[in-house]
Amino acid sequence: MKITLNGVEHEITASSLIEALLELGYCTGPIATAVNGEFIPKTQRLGIVLSEGDRIEVVAPMQGG
Amino acid sequence: MIVYDTQLRSRLLLGTSRYPSPAVLTEAVKASGTEVVTVSLRRESSSERSGQGFFSIIRSLGVRVLPNTAGCHSVKEAVTTAHMAREMFGTAWIKLEVIGDRTTLQPDVFGLVEAAKILCDDGFQVFPYTTEDLVVADKLLDAGCRVLMPWGAPIGSGQGLNNVPGLRAMRARFADVPLIVDAGLGVPSHAARALELGMDGVLINTAVARAGDPVTMARAFADAVKAGHSAFVAQPMLPSDVAIPSTPEIGLAHLV
Repeated sequence: MKITLNGVEHEITASSLIEALLELGYCTGPIATAVNGEFIPKTQRLGIVLSEGDRIEVVAPMQGG
Repeated sequence: MIVYDTQLRSRLLLGTSRYPSPAVLTEAVKASGTEVVTVSLRRESSSERSGQGFFSIIRSLGVRVLPNTAGCHSVKEAVTTAHMAREMFGTAWIKLEVIGDRTTLQPDVFGLVEAAKILCDDGFQVFPYTTEDLVVADKLLDAGCRVLMPWGAPIGSGQGLNNVPGLRAMRARFADVPLIVDAGLGVPSHAARALELGMDGVLINTAVARAGDPVTMARAFADAVKAGHSAFVAQPMLPSDVAIPSTPEIGLAHLV
């Protein structure tokens, strides 16, 4: 199915958020996630089933003022 | 200074953006003596993983982290970002920015109050980036904020304190609320002035990061903040429109 991750379209075989993250290279490290603009806590990534066209955001710590 | 029941020895908060290198950032944080640095969340590339490296640097500094919602233009963006930041950094602190104008980066105070209410009700400890507007400040306090962060001037502009009477009015109205001037300060004298007015602290980023020598400038801001606060505690003299001789006139010799 097609989803968008950080604004880039991907074709994935994963069905859950956690599987999609692993498939797209986010195996380790500090990240936080949102799907379609809603925050998804780390503990809920397994239970989130993705749908065609979902927009995933993956963020990490960055410099800020 | 006590913010959300946390005692801070330094009244200088430091941003982590726009430094020439991570090494300079690290040295500037140390030189500033700050106990709080601001950070943000940005999209992470699976190939570069730059966030991981930055997170290691921040953790090595041993200071508190105040995540921001910089760049958010809507209540929903800001609230979602705050939730992501709370999980990421393990802190309830959030510097809440809801930007209303792309040119001045002026806060959208209507969205700010709405987002502050949502976040405070959800257990966040909100540091709202606001203007010096007293009505907005009242509403932010009603929403549950226990700190206010009025701007000095537009973010990154280095103009200093554009509305001294406004800040003074804020200080007078909210005597017991920590006020931290966020944004727009350019040189240490601006920070000293803010503290002389009775502001509790300042948040500096660009003025240090974009200085020719950020580490020395961080130290200069730390000195200015200390001097300004000492001056406030010492109760500055009131200005006068006319000259008042400092040397006594009694006993002046008659020499004509």
